[in-house]
Parts: sequence; structure tokens; C-alpha cells
Amino acid sequence: MNPSFSYQRTYAVARKEFLHIIRDPATLFFAFFIPVLELFMLGYAINTNVRFISTVVFNQCRTEESKRMIRMFENSQDFRVVKQVSNEADMNWMIRSGKAKVAIQIPEDFSRQIEAKRSAQILVLVDGSESSVAGEALNVSNALALQESLRNSPLVQPFLIESRPRILFNPDTRSANFFIPGLMVVMCQMMAIMLSANAIVREKEKGTLEQLFMTPVRAGELILGKLVPYLVLTFVEFVTILFLMWSVFQVPIHGYVMTLLMLTLPFTFSFLGLGLYISTRVDTREAAGQMAMGTMMPSIFLSGYVFPLDSMPAFFWYVAQIFPTTWLIDAARGVILRGAGWSELWLHAVILWVMGIASFMLAAMKFRKRLS
Amino acid sequence: MPLPTIDARDVTIRFGPVTAVNKVSLTVAPGEVFGLLGPNGSGKTTLIRGLCGLVPLAGGTATVLGYDVAADSERVRAQIGYMSQKFSLYEDLTTRENLDFYAGVYGLSPQRAREREEELVELTGIGPYMERYAGKLSGGWKQRLALVCALLHSPRLIFLDEPTAGIDPVARRDLWNLLFRLSAEGISLVVTTHYMDEAERCGRVGYIYLSQLLALGTPRELKEMPGVTPPGTRWLEIYDLNTAALLEKLRKIPAVQQATIFGQSIHALVEKDRTLPELGLQDARVIDAEPSLEDVFVTISRAQAAKN
Repeated sequence: MNPSFSYQRTYAVARKEFLHIIRDPATLFFAFFIPVLELFMLGYAINTNVRFISTVVFNQCRTEESKRMIRMFENSQDFRVVKQVSNEADMNWMIRSGKAKVAIQIPEDFSRQIEAKRSAQILVLVDGSESSVAGEALNVSNALALQESLRNSPLVQPFLIESRPRILFNPDTRSANFFIPGLMVVMCQMMAIMLSANAIVREKEKGTLEQLFMTPVRAGELILGKLVPYLVLTFVEFVTILFLMWSVFQVPIHGYVMTLLMLTLPFTFSFLGLGLYISTRVDTREAAGQMAMGTMMPSIFLSGYVFPLDSMPAFFWYVAQIFPTTWLIDAARGVILRGAGWSELWLHAVILWVMGIASFMLAAMKFRKRLS
Repeated sequence: MPLPTIDARDVTIRFGPVTAVNKVSLTVAPGEVFGLLGPNGSGKTTLIRGLCGLVPLAGGTATVLGYDVAADSERVRAQIGYMSQKFSLYEDLTTRENLDFYAGVYGLSPQRAREREEELVELTGIGPYMERYAGKLSGGWKQRLALVCALLHSPRLIFLDEPTAGIDPVARRDLWNLLFRLSAEGISLVVTTHYMDEAERCGRVGYIYLSQLLALGTPRELKEMPGVTPPGTRWLEIYDLNTAALLEKLRKIPAVQQATIFGQSIHALVEKDRTLPELGLQDARVIDAEPSLEDVFVTISRAQAAKN
């Protein structure tokens, strides 16, 4: 900053901005209620682990072997038999109407084929309209068939190779552990961008900016004074979600909270900067809100918040790397779930700081140019 | 002769191809109340913004309080007060919070800020409203609060852009009384207004039309401008029961160059050597009059429009 930078003027702006925040219940509501609501939705309602797929059974064989096969499907806890039908038309209708996602048809000759030591077939129909359900049903039915075949085979006893997977860091594969760290980051982003996009636009709308320009306050002081309260508010929100995640949803934090906060700081800068840039481009709060929402979308869908980055096509994977959100979500999961520290996250820190400073400086320069 | 508070010479301001202010020269003395008049969009506000250093000058020079506005706009802004057309304080802040904010951005020490607030509260009587939200104040009190904010840093020059637009007559008079008290303390005031009675109160008046300063002087000097009462004409004040019907009649007579209604009477510019019956005024009560400021501005605007 230049030599005549005034701490007093900056403080006056910051205090005024803080008063605006506490006088505006709508902002506070959006800042805290909405994220907490989403937190509870993600924490309690959403579970991406597939269990108890509704299943219809058409058993034409009705032998002890065939019933045993069906019990095996049920015991896996992946399938829940909702109906037994006695003809093919009913079975197909159950799938088409969505009452069942999977249909298991055991043909009449099932037991005879096994006794004759020939390959016995069962038909498993899977509704592919929900890809995760379909994938799970496919895997489990294959595994069950394989297991049952081996059991009936006299040749290999016991199994030669047995896979014993152990899931690290999130042993119960709880969805909350995956979603909440991402939610924290996305909410923090929304907050930072919305608040700062409105900060200047509100003064433009009310005509108070003109009055401010007549005072000796400088562009740098105005920017800093306005953004500091928003930075504080964003951090309060971040820490609130972090606390609820730990206390209510019992997601253990394996790393240091301080590490995470230090990575969140440059992240917040980059979105405060983006919001500021938006506010120099538009004149109404509606327009600012729309532009802010527009920038939210790609960083929600490409950041790995919902959809895993690894399964993206290469092009989108590279695109995802330019969003600060991608880096902070990865870092947040690292710190919270895997206990990652600086030795694993130094690259995240460097990239986030570069992005944060670049975005902030560009916005400030643009803003200064608009003023003079 | 003291240094003028404002010394503008051939000030020109352009926005791209549009010339918003065209070679305006004027001076304002310490303690003077200077009225700036002109239609909307004529360039008054732009001129003020130029004199504050907010928009660059495309030509000419201007010094304000001894500082060149082009080179020293920051010093200029630190020593002038500005009250804009629209109420531009924070409505969700109380009177006191607004004052504290402006004291802060003007860099007043807490001690000085308190002293100054006390003085201004006494001057304006805004004391009972200190804890009220600015948005809940009436129009007159809003304007007074805006004035207090503009005065906090003890400026020696204040620009007031239509300070009385939309406030009631009592509040308007109170505000003018305040302005004269400031003027008596040696503070210069530049006031834009559309009200002719306010223009009459000003020490000197400048009239801007289509970006040019067409007239400059005391209200008396303006009324005596040769262009306002061309040779061979005179101004009449005509009283009649049905002024509207009479006005229609007068406008059809070639010897009547201008006619307009002022309340119960008609102001008309007529050829000097015509008798009253020739003008169809035998039944009306007619007295010789001097042109009003409005007559002045209308006449010179028309002359200028005809020239373009």
C-alpha cells in the first residue's frame, strides 16, 4: 500500500460494514441458516451407499437349492425381496413401474442342471436408470454366483486367493464423512463471493458511493475495510460447520484444524476478489447475485464435491484444477479424514496462495481503475 | 482582495465525444453563497464533480482553496464538503453512526470528532435524533444530517447539489437559514437549485444551459442584462380575473414576445410603443415590472437555442 494509507479510515469503513451486516437479518439468515440446513440434509438424509435394493423374484424351480440362492441374495443385505411373482409378465411390470430395481428369475431346470453338473443359469434383470444401484446389483449378483459355484465345485477347496479389503480413513464408508468437508468449502465460497459482490453494488444502488468518493478515503482502504468483516464472517461460518460436523455428525478430525484454517484463508481471498470484480461490472444486486451463482455452478460440479475427480474425462480433470475449490476440498478431506499435514499439503498451500493473491490483486486493480 | 475559494478558467469536461461542460469560467469568494442554475442535464453536477477533481478536465484550469484540482484532487476533497442530490447516507445506520463513520473517513481524532459533533448538533438541533436510524428521519432532518456529515471536517467550501429538492417549505427555510449562518462564518457555498426564490437569495448566480455558462452575476445584474429586455421592449405585470384566457389571447398578438402566468398575474415582454388597447389589455390592471429571474433564464435560453 502507498505511504498515506490510513489505518483510521480503513477501520471506519470496516466498522460501518460490520454494522450493515448485523442490521441485515437476510444476510445473516443466508449466511448461517442455509448452510446448517444443508449440513443436516447431507448428514442425515443422504446416503450414497446402496443397500436393500427392492427386488422381485420369479422362481420357476421351487426347489431347496433355488430357495437357498434367493436367501443368499437377501442375506447380502444389498437386496430386499418385495414380491414373489408367478409369471414373466408380472416380473417385467414390477421393473417397468419402478416397484423393483432388480428382478431375479430362476428357471425350472435350475436344480436339475446342478445335479447333472452342468452350468445352471439364473437371470438377473437390473434397472440401469440409477447407475450406482445398477452397478452394485451387478457386482453382488456376480459375486454370489461365483461363490455358489465354488461351493458346489469339488475341485478347489479351500479358495486359493481371498481378497480381504480394508477401508482406510472412513472405515464405515459413511457419506457424511465424504460430503461435509466438501460442503464446508462450498458454503465458504458462496458466502465470500455473495457478500463481496454485494458490498460495492449496494453502495452504487443507494447512491452512497458517490458521497464516499468525495471523501479522502482511498480505493485500497475501501476494499480492505469492506472485506475484512466479510472475511471474519466467512471464517465464523466455516468454523461453525466444522464444529457441527465434529460434534453432531461425529466425523473425527484426524489432522490439525489450524492447518485447514490457514489453507482456507487464501481460498477466501480468491473468492472475495472474484466477488469484488463482479461488483465493479454490474450495477444492481440482482445482477451481482446472478453472476455469483453462475460462478458457483462449475466449482460445485467440477470440484470433486459431489462427483469424484478421478472418473472425469481428462479434459474436465484439467479444467477442475483451475478452481481453488478443487484444491481446498481435497485439502479439507486430507486434513479431516486422513490427518494430512504440511508435508502432504504444501502444494495445495502454494497454489491456493497464488490463486488468492492473483484474484485479489486483479480485482483491486480493476476497482481502482473504475474509481478514477 | 482575498484569494478566491474557487477560480475556474475555461473549464471544459468531455465524456468521449460529448462536451458536458464547455469553457466555464467563474470565481467564488470566501463566504459567498453562489447559486448554480440550469435545466437538468445542462452540466451543473458535472461541473461540481470537475471542481472536486472527480472527473478530469479536458481543458482549462481550476484552483479550489488554492489547490489545483487536476494535480491535488485529494487535498481538495479533504477540505471541501459535498451534499449530493439524493440522500446518500446509510439508512440502516443511526444518525450517530453515520457521523462517526464520516468523522473516521475524514481522519478526525476522536477528541476532535466529539467536539465537532457537539458544535454541529447545537447548530442544527439534530440532538434528539442521534439514536434514530437515518432511514426513519423525515426529509428535512435527512438533509440536515447530510449537511452535518458534510461539515464534520470543517470544510471552507461546501457544494450542495439540489439540497432542498423534495423537502417541505418550513424545512427549506430552516436549511437556508443554516446556510447563511455558515456563510457568515466565512464558508463558501455553491448551491444548485431549480427554485427561483432560492436563486434570489444567492449572492451571485451562474446560469448553465447546454454546457455553457450563459449568465453570471448578482440577481439584480442578471435582470438588467441587455439580452433580457431587448431595446424597444418592456416587461409588464398584468392582473386579470381570467389569466388563462388572457394568456391565450396575448400569445396570438405579434407585439407580445413572451407571456407566462405567475399566480394571479401574467408576466409579458411587449413592444414598448404599443398602447394597452393595441395589446387588448384595456380592461386589465397593468403595471410596469422588472423581469423575474425565471424570465431572465427563459429569455436567454431561448436566445441561445435560436442561435444554435
